[in-house]
Amino acid sequence: MSRPAASAPPMRAAFVQPPRPSPFNRNASSGSARSRYLVDGVMRGLIVSAAAAGVFLLLVILLYVVVRGLPALNLDFFTQRPLPYGEVGGGVAPALLGTLEMLTVASLLGVPIGIGTAIYLSEYGRGPFASIVRFVVDLIAGLPSIVVGVFVWALMVRHVVGNYNGLAGSVALAIIMIPIVTRTVEEMLRLVPDTYREAALGLGLPRWKTIMAVVLPTARAGLITGVVLSMARAGGETAPLLLTALGNQFFSADLLAPMAALPVQIYNYAVAPYDDWHTKAWGSALVLILVISLLSLATRLSTRNTLGER
Amino acid sequence: MDLASSEATRVAQRQGPTPVIGGGTNVGDRIFHLAVLSAAQSVLVLLAALVVLLFIDAKEALGRFGLSFLTTTDWDPVFEKFGTAHFVFGTLVTSLVALVLAAPLAIGTALFLAEYAPRWLREPVAFVIELLAVIPSIIFGLWGFFVLAPIMRGYVEPFLKATVGQVPVLGELFSGPAIGKDLLTAGVVLAIMILPTVMAIAREVVRSVPDTQREGMIGLGATKWETITGAVLPYARSGLVGAVMLGFARAFGETMAVTMVIGNSSNVISASLLTPGYTMASAIANQFTEADKEIYFSAVVAVALVLLLVSVIINGLARLLVWRGAGNVATRR
Amino acid sequence: MESPNRRLKGCRLNGASAFATAALLLVSACGPAAAPANTAPPAAPALPSIAPPPSSLVAAGSGIVKEGFPGEAKALNGAGATFPAVLYSKWFNEYEKVTGVKVNYQSIGSGGGIKSISDATIDFGATDSPMTDEQLKAAKNGPILHIPAALGAVVPTYNIPELGGQQLRFSAGSLTGIFLGQITKWNDPKIAEDNPGMTLPNKEIVTVHRSDGSGTTYIWVDYLSSVSKEWKDKAGLGTSVNWPVGLGAKGNEGVAGEVKQNPYAIGYVELIYAIQNKLGVGLVKNKAGQYIEPNLAAVTAAAAGAAKNVAPDLRVSIVNADGDASYPISGFTWLLAYQNQNDKAKGRAITRALWWATHDAQRFNAELGYAAVPDDIVRRSEELILSITTAGGQRAFPHQLPGR
Repeated sequence: MSRPAASAPPMRAAFVQPPRPSPFNRNASSGSARSRYLVDGVMRGLIVSAAAAGVFLLLVILLYVVVRGLPALNLDFFTQRPLPYGEVGGGVAPALLGTLEMLTVASLLGVPIGIGTAIYLSEYGRGPFASIVRFVVDLIAGLPSIVVGVFVWALMVRHVVGNYNGLAGSVALAIIMIPIVTRTVEEMLRLVPDTYREAALGLGLPRWKTIMAVVLPTARAGLITGVVLSMARAGGETAPLLLTALGNQFFSADLLAPMAALPVQIYNYAVAPYDDWHTKAWGSALVLILVISLLSLATRLSTRNTLGER
Repeated sequence: MDLASSEATRVAQRQGPTPVIGGGTNVGDRIFHLAVLSAAQSVLVLLAALVVLLFIDAKEALGRFGLSFLTTTDWDPVFEKFGTAHFVFGTLVTSLVALVLAAPLAIGTALFLAEYAPRWLREPVAFVIELLAVIPSIIFGLWGFFVLAPIMRGYVEPFLKATVGQVPVLGELFSGPAIGKDLLTAGVVLAIMILPTVMAIAREVVRSVPDTQREGMIGLGATKWETITGAVLPYARSGLVGAVMLGFARAFGETMAVTMVIGNSSNVISASLLTPGYTMASAIANQFTEADKEIYFSAVVAVALVLLLVSVIINGLARLLVWRGAGNVATRR
Repeated sequence: MESPNRRLKGCRLNGASAFATAALLLVSACGPAAAPANTAPPAAPALPSIAPPPSSLVAAGSGIVKEGFPGEAKALNGAGATFPAVLYSKWFNEYEKVTGVKVNYQSIGSGGGIKSISDATIDFGATDSPMTDEQLKAAKNGPILHIPAALGAVVPTYNIPELGGQQLRFSAGSLTGIFLGQITKWNDPKIAEDNPGMTLPNKEIVTVHRSDGSGTTYIWVDYLSSVSKEWKDKAGLGTSVNWPVGLGAKGNEGVAGEVKQNPYAIGYVELIYAIQNKLGVGLVKNKAGQYIEPNLAAVTAAAAGAAKNVAPDLRVSIVNADGDASYPISGFTWLLAYQNQNDKAKGRAITRALWWATHDAQRFNAELGYAAVPDDIVRRSEELILSITTAGGQRAFPHQLPGR
């Protein structure tokens, strides 16, 4: 929206000069008109039902998670560690804390790089180098997360730290966050009118101060959106954590030791044959959805007020 | 500081309106420019490191099996024969099933929101869709595992076998026992998973069609549907294709949701959608930590490398299409 | 969904079909005869004072690790076999209460355990398939020791609603046929031959196998390979093999879950997973031609039958063992640790945990469906644990033992 409009696709030209003069003449033979309106009606019906079916299906899944997950939620669920296999009770507290800790560390690692890259692209980025960066950011955004997991395992688990660890999990999550932060923030920075920059520079502020003191604060809400969106996305990642953070049934805040995470816990509980664990898997899923939805809801509402139509 | 500031002012005055390339002459500016530049460079380094590191580990398997790594279907850790054609096949089939199911629903929803829906409905529905787009894939996996798979096994697949399965040729798609954990179920879960993503992008694409296009058609007496086929779809076509391809790319690389419902079996390639299989991603997830022989491990990493390269190609194509089609909307996933 | 599974407690006999298999297990667990003396009944603590002679060493070893020890690492990380994961999660949950040391165990499969210990990405590994010489050579930090932790049975488990509480019998031929994809229906004559008088449904068999590298798989295919040349040639022996047919599921948990979810499925799991899930457990024909119910006594018998083969490093296969009462698909499960522990605190913690696991913890085995390690093997394990050193060649195990 903010970027200069895309060059017009060829079809527009085709339309400006329609091949036949007015193929849609309402005075055409009544039979053809009837069939045209019939087609129109049928297609309207199809489209409306497609939309209804799609949205309905997704909402049903959400509702199902709520119904199955609610019974799992109690104090123990949020405060206890998992019990041995097959024993009823316990909770997923280590996984909750692990997810929070890894997300925090991932943000500390990924957000500066993401925002830095975004600033570069929006404030300095011209020419082929910027295009390459932009393209690579998109490619990283599209990387299968399991590939990120393999990479981080090879780098962090095998070499840098030498064992499965929470830091490796954080790095994997950070890699997933970077492109999301970059793309969102870059767009938000571009929404800041050039006049602001000109005014600040005109007042004698150096460029970096202009960016830090004028551009970034103006786009603050957008920055938050980008960061939170990326956290929401990373918070639900499972595959890379299986290969890096591994898991832990005890409370452990040690970043250099294996660490539990909520999505991994959901997976482990789901595929196990214990009904109590299944309930806990649904409960964990519900908690995960709630946290992620609330995060994105809050930021979307807050940015809606400041940066318009989005 | 004052000196620096005035220097910057002079630079700014000299250089005219922003944005300007380069870091300016101010020390702070130089440092800042360097900082954000290195952030941008680190992104490039990241991708390069990713490719290089994977390549180092994959080298042994790639060297030993060469092209047959992509064309054979042996995946045999005991006898150390590794071919991934069936993983690639499983990946393609599940993603295609997902596409075929999700694209009409997603584009239909986009058209509904942009063309048919009453104004009061548009924003809330779009909002819900965007929220749904951040639901983690593990949730869809969980639902697929406990709810969808039994439904597929008990109702959908027997039904398909009894109806379409009886048709010659086409019936081959639905032969074999109804297990519920197979390529078809994985495709359905993927379809549901990519639905919000494709919906959200498709909506942006359709919305970006200028109203003048529609007005022209309506002015010529076209019905709504004719307006859509005559003006909206042609205008949005490449953007929509890109949106669908981004969905495809997401389905392609998805791991957990697939792993939970695809049956995880390295069966040979078969025409039936009811056979359990593997995708590249689920094969990695299942076997990465297990690969206890060097060549086995190397083969698993080689699968990751192949997946990486294919995803780069698909994503690259999709981005180009969406960029051309609808400005920057594709950047919002 | 059924009511939540609760741990089977006590020595209750219950003829109800759902409990049939559990009851059979408990008969052996509580029975007076077959199990060795240190296979104590579930709830009972170890009783050193009345321990008979063969147990004396084990009993003497119990109680040495009874509280935290100064200078030991407070957290250990291990990963590997899912076969004993039920047992280990119980052990280490208890161990934390006893010593305050958090032993984190993640069940990622035996292949994963071997790989992780080889890469030294964890402190200890666990496996049901002994590491090969080649694998041992490739290990990053030198020699790796195999410490037997328990014995278990891998059982054919199935979900055939029509059978009610009736137990199926399998011969080597029918099991290999099913898993090779040659027997595709439950009412196949080969299965019927083993089960005279039973009405078998005319339904397609869904086979379930492990999708990850697994020691359970190893024990299973070790058996299939030892009874079928065709299996050995087609699929072979390993922690993951190229399955001719079937569904893959991750972990013993996953296979049990998959069998439970799919009517007419057959899979193979560690005994306890079948019992906890009230799944059907099949009898398997052994070398002596008897159909054997998988239970602890039958596993212990298999260990006895194969005892002469135990190598000094304690790597051994006990499938298809001699003896009338031997259950043919039995195996050891091992903990893996480096002989040279670079980190003194970790070395201390690991040796103490291993000692506790091979002595005090054995009393949990029977309750959870695993046979306890026989005494002569425990004695050899002690030697191995005591041979673990830290930097400088010092013995890592910090406790003084009389005479050693």
